[in-house]
Amino acid sequence: MHIQEEISERHVLSLTVSNEAGILARIAGLFTARGYNIDSLTVADITPDHAISRITIVTSGPPKVIDQIMAQLDRLVPVHKVTDLTENGPFVERELALVKVAGTGEDRIEALRLADVFRAKVVDTTIESFIFEITGTTDKIDNFIGLMRQIGLVEVGRTGVVGLIRGKEPN
Amino acid sequence: MAEKSGADILVECLIDLGVEVVFGYPGGAVLPIYDALFNHPKIRHVLVRHEQGATHMAEGYARSTGKPGVVLVTSGPGATNAVTGITDALMDSIPMVVITGQVPTHLIGTDAFQEADTVGITRHCTKHNYLVKSPNKLASVVHEAFHIATTGRPGPVVIDIPKNVQIATAPYSKPERFEHASYRPQTKADPAAIATAVEMLAAAERPIFYTGGGVINSGPEASELLREIAALTGAPVTSTLMGLGAFPASSGQWLGMLGMHGTYEANWAMNKADLIVCVGARFDDRVTGRLDAFSPDSKKIHIDIDRSSINKTVDVDLPIIADVASALTDMIALWKDRGHKAADLSEWWARIEGWRARNCLAYPDSHEEIMPQEAIAQLYKASRTAKDVIITTEVGQHQMWAAQHFGFDAPNKWLTSGGLGTMGYGFPAAIGAQLGNPDSLVVCVAGDASIQMNIQEMGTASQYRLPVKIFILNNEYMGMVRQWQELTYESRYSNSYSDSLPDFVKLAEAYGWTGIRIEGPQELEAGIRQMIDTPGPVIVDCRVAKLSNCFPMIPSGAAHTDMLLDPSQVEGIMSDEAKALV
Ligand SMILES: Cc1ncc(C[n+]2csc(CCOP(=O)(O)OP(=O)(O)O)c2C)c(N)n1
Ligand SMILES: [Mg+2]
Repeated sequence: MHIQEEISERHVLSLTVSNEAGILARIAGLFTARGYNIDSLTVADITPDHAISRITIVTSGPPKVIDQIMAQLDRLVPVHKVTDLTENGPFVERELALVKVAGTGEDRIEALRLADVFRAKVVDTTIESFIFEITGTTDKIDNFIGLMRQIGLVEVGRTGVVGLIRGKEPN
Repeated sequence: MAEKSGADILVECLIDLGVEVVFGYPGGAVLPIYDALFNHPKIRHVLVRHEQGATHMAEGYARSTGKPGVVLVTSGPGATNAVTGITDALMDSIPMVVITGQVPTHLIGTDAFQEADTVGITRHCTKHNYLVKSPNKLASVVHEAFHIATTGRPGPVVIDIPKNVQIATAPYSKPERFEHASYRPQTKADPAAIATAVEMLAAAERPIFYTGGGVINSGPEASELLREIAALTGAPVTSTLMGLGAFPASSGQWLGMLGMHGTYEANWAMNKADLIVCVGARFDDRVTGRLDAFSPDSKKIHIDIDRSSINKTVDVDLPIIADVASALTDMIALWKDRGHKAADLSEWWARIEGWRARNCLAYPDSHEEIMPQEAIAQLYKASRTAKDVIITTEVGQHQMWAAQHFGFDAPNKWLTSGGLGTMGYGFPAAIGAQLGNPDSLVVCVAGDASIQMNIQEMGTASQYRLPVKIFILNNEYMGMVRQWQELTYESRYSNSYSDSLPDFVKLAEAYGWTGIRIEGPQELEAGIRQMIDTPGPVIVDCRVAKLSNCFPMIPSGAAHTDMLLDPSQVEGIMSDEAKALV
């Protein structure tokens, strides 16, 4: 007997939640307990009184599983609202990465040239290395890192995706 | 305002919330609460013998009375011992509030004596949980916890209270009615969905109501409404294990339980229906059998208060997110409003009668040994003289035989562990039910193996003078495990024999109970009568046929239509795909 895998789609989910102790564990644990995937997860509070946080989760799964994930998240007591950005029309998603590249001579110049094409900023430099700051979609960052790997990539730090619906948020 | 200690605030809240009984067990981290409960005039504390017992007692109390069950245990081992019952309550949607002691706040995270990460451990087996770090927060948390446990889809809520929070003081006043910031279960259905449902029901030629524990959770009114809508439409009714009693077994429209050990007629009717109205059930794998063969030609309406139950395993045509009673009220009103009459379902009923004629629950007769099914049938017959009967069960073949051969005509009279299938549930649940229903005849139908999982609670029943009856169908096997081994592993009975059983009659006597042994068919009726007529607690060791199997049975991974009706159909081997299913 062999175990069959199912085809899956990538979805960006946006949640507002009460900013209380254990909320992240509750959400991350729901994903592990029910066998859902988390590709990335970001969280920060978004109201002046720090009472509410926005959590952006990139997940993947068959459409039915995505529906279940939405319903299960919605069922958690501290969750206010769950939106599937991927399903809800145009939205903007961005990720930020810090990319450290080492190299000298021609490599160094090529790194700067590529950074320019990708509109990455140099935020730190030594004689033998740069740290670039780049924002964009996950794809763009993947591409940038892929190219830098060929030049002399040393380390990467990524924030994971944040996203918002374009225009006025539907109720 | 005069301040009160956290422990006193907790007790004050419990009184304000109408709590009468707390099932608990003391320990270092709850001593302040136990002191606040000392000789308390309003709150009755029931001292259990094991914390798991307390949780199942609370479940039994809740399921039989409709009120939330309340548990009080200490930190560390007290809390971890409660985890099985908490999970059981989550799976079966039982309202329960579990108060756990915790080490003082400044010791949390230091591996202090009897420290366990209770909120971490119970995060995913509760509907919600709290760690209360200040006595100022305690009252609002306790009130919120009861609100969450009892509304929407009910479930267990844990409140973890560090010892210093029990001792520190804060002002207390009864919290005002509050609106929760994010928790607002939807109870009222979308009128458009109700209208569509009524039209689908009126147009159906082969409708069936598939009902579940949600009807019972919705309250006695929901059961009345189910009877009314069944009468209005003339449609047949089947139910899950959890829903038994919501619709009267004595009605001609009743098809019996459906699913793995359900009746031939219920499963075939589900398979051939053109409309399934699922009311407070959740298309569990024990009900659906092989998913791609489940009721292939029907439209499906699903009434559920929990949106996550919709389309979880089976895709439905019309979801109705609402409380059962509210949705049924709306449907009945609209049905009458539009002047619908019951359609002519005679052709449908003729087919159902054909399936019924298979008499699928028939079992072989024996003069030498007691057939376990016969023992349940006799128990049912004898208990009809009692004013009110509540049956609880353990888990195994005896549970399924009780579900098949005992008829329930009212809700809240059948308490069983459905979702988690917890051996050790039934006996403590009976104690909880007896506490909530002092005048009822409460019988736990048990197996020889399951009963040993919480048998220590005999002491609790003795202490509180609770006249519960334990009726053991003793086949000297973990019968259900043995049955699966017979079906799947060519009868290699690996570790399913109940060796070294205690002498249950002597055990009864050791606890001051009455013990009765029933050894043959000729003793059955008198033995059961004696059990019922004995005023105090009784254990009956009813020796039944050892190798009986529970039929009908849909083997795991099979379709409803591939039901096994008797042993001659058993092959004794299964494919790896089928073996891999639970
Ligand atoms: C706590 C727990 N452990 C294991 C099981 C698996 N299990 C299901 S039924 C069963 C055997 C029950 O035997 P018994 O109580 O004698 O009932 P019978 O089937 O013989 O009627 C077992 C071991 C379970 N359901 N619960
Ligand atoms: Mg047994």
